[in-house]
Amino acid sequence: MSKTRKKKTSKKWERIDGRKPDELRPIHIESGVLPNADGSAYIEMGRNKIMAGVYGPREMHPKRLSKPNQGVLRCRYHMAPFSVDPRRSPAPSRRDMEISMVMRDALEPALFLERYPRSVIDVYVEIIQADGGTRCASINAAAVALADAGIPMKDLVASVAVGKYEDKLILDLGDYEDKKGQSDLPLAYMPKFDKVTLLQMEGIMTQEETVEAVKMAVEGCKKIYEIQKETLKKKYGMVQGEAAAAEDLPEEQLESSEEAEEPTEDDKPTEEEEQ
Amino acid sequence: MSNNIVSKLKRKKIEEVIKTGKRMDGRDLLQYRDWQIKTGFLEKPEGSAEVRLGKTHVVVGVKAGIGTPFEDSPDEGVMMVNAEFTPIAHPTWEPGPPPNEAIELARVVDRGLRAAKVLSMDELGLVSGEKVQMVFVDLYILNYDGNLIDACSAGALAALSTAEIPDFKVSKGEITQKDKKKKLKLRAHPIAATVVKIGDEFIVDATVDEEEVMDGRITVTLDENGNVNAMQKMGAIGFSVDEIKKCINIASEKAAEIRAMVMAVTNG
Repeated sequence: MSKTRKKKTSKKWERIDGRKPDELRPIHIESGVLPNADGSAYIEMGRNKIMAGVYGPREMHPKRLSKPNQGVLRCRYHMAPFSVDPRRSPAPSRRDMEISMVMRDALEPALFLERYPRSVIDVYVEIIQADGGTRCASINAAAVALADAGIPMKDLVASVAVGKYEDKLILDLGDYEDKKGQSDLPLAYMPKFDKVTLLQMEGIMTQEETVEAVKMAVEGCKKIYEIQKETLKKKYGMVQGEAAAAEDLPEEQLESSEEAEEPTEDDKPTEEEEQ
Repeated sequence: MSNNIVSKLKRKKIEEVIKTGKRMDGRDLLQYRDWQIKTGFLEKPEGSAEVRLGKTHVVVGVKAGIGTPFEDSPDEGVMMVNAEFTPIAHPTWEPGPPPNEAIELARVVDRGLRAAKVLSMDELGLVSGEKVQMVFVDLYILNYDGNLIDACSAGALAALSTAEIPDFKVSKGEITQKDKKKKLKLRAHPIAATVVKIGDEFIVDATVDEEEVMDGRITVTLDENGNVNAMQKMGAIGFSVDEIKKCINIASEKAAEIRAMVMAVTNG
């Protein structure tokens, strides 16, 4: 009995939720979900439910934290008391403060902060429900929220973790895999620049496995990047769609939505020609 | 943090010098400053270490005590790492609640020790769900001249490996302290090494000036088998996958050197 059982498990190794090793959890992102915020996004990544809101660029308070020659990106990662089991205190923990820091480092390379001297861009992330990989999901939502706020960005930032679980590398750890796994390596990535902007790791892995995990996470981020882009296209597609419908020119919809993505490249040459 | 005119000039100079393969203080790019490590120099704490790395000076104290375990691990002892940025360490450091950098320092050192399973936590359990031994590792910064993570990581390992904590006898839920103290058993010896990126170059053991103008850094903590236990990227830049690989390689080599030195001092 035990022999056949062992054979079966070694033949067909399965993750706790039946995913393939390099398969993401279902991801759903929505932008523009908070009416009061300048930009916002809601993400569901597995059972993670996270809300990100962006305020700014706006005047920095307290003023002494502002910088005379560039803007400041301020991130706050915060978990709702009911987001985890057992209930946690709503006071920010040392973990929350560290995650806020690494989130800022992960998102800042995507912004043009030199354009906003003395100002601040506030990114607030609230974890409504946690299911492993909250910092990665938060970054995914925050990047979309920044774009939703109309803040110019060099690229979106996508993020996912890779871990070692039962001696195998797996993508996008769920809560159980995160807690029982041998290691956890959250990573964020800007695909356009091929740069890793968040890298943390905890556990035990060989150096080769670590490099392998980094590569695997990068591939995962590329998939999330597409979902983020779709979310933004859907929103701006809708705006464009409304405009096109008013003019009754549905065929131009596609063209104009492409234009909207990279306005600077199309605009500049015409301006120069006119002059 | 390179926001004012002075540090722009400073950065230009430091970058120029680094391009020649040397540093402002004459070191090679991948050369540490001189280490001085002393252990067991304090009587009150159960374990202590003093680390001087160039002008960076930290004291690590290990205190033991009895406390209640966490709900989800009733039989396991508790280890806590805390970092203190004292105002005597640097002109810009002020008294008050710990800055984010202190929290990150403590958490990165903690993560390395925890992930490598340095202490066998179940051996520190006393009465299930009620009483366990607690081990507090306090990182005390007395003079700051850069590279606190590496200095504190080496100091924490040195202090832990020479620590002697009270030994207890437990019978029917009653705890009595034995006369003799016992040595803390360490199951692994993780060491953090931080690789700093300035321009296109990578250096180790950055001074405070170099940290001020750096683009970013990656700390890699490795155990004696060359396994990676923890990593932390800092700074608002991105690293390519090849750069990360390079950092791991450099850190792996440097961590082995630092570990050999710590072990020589602690006779472990």
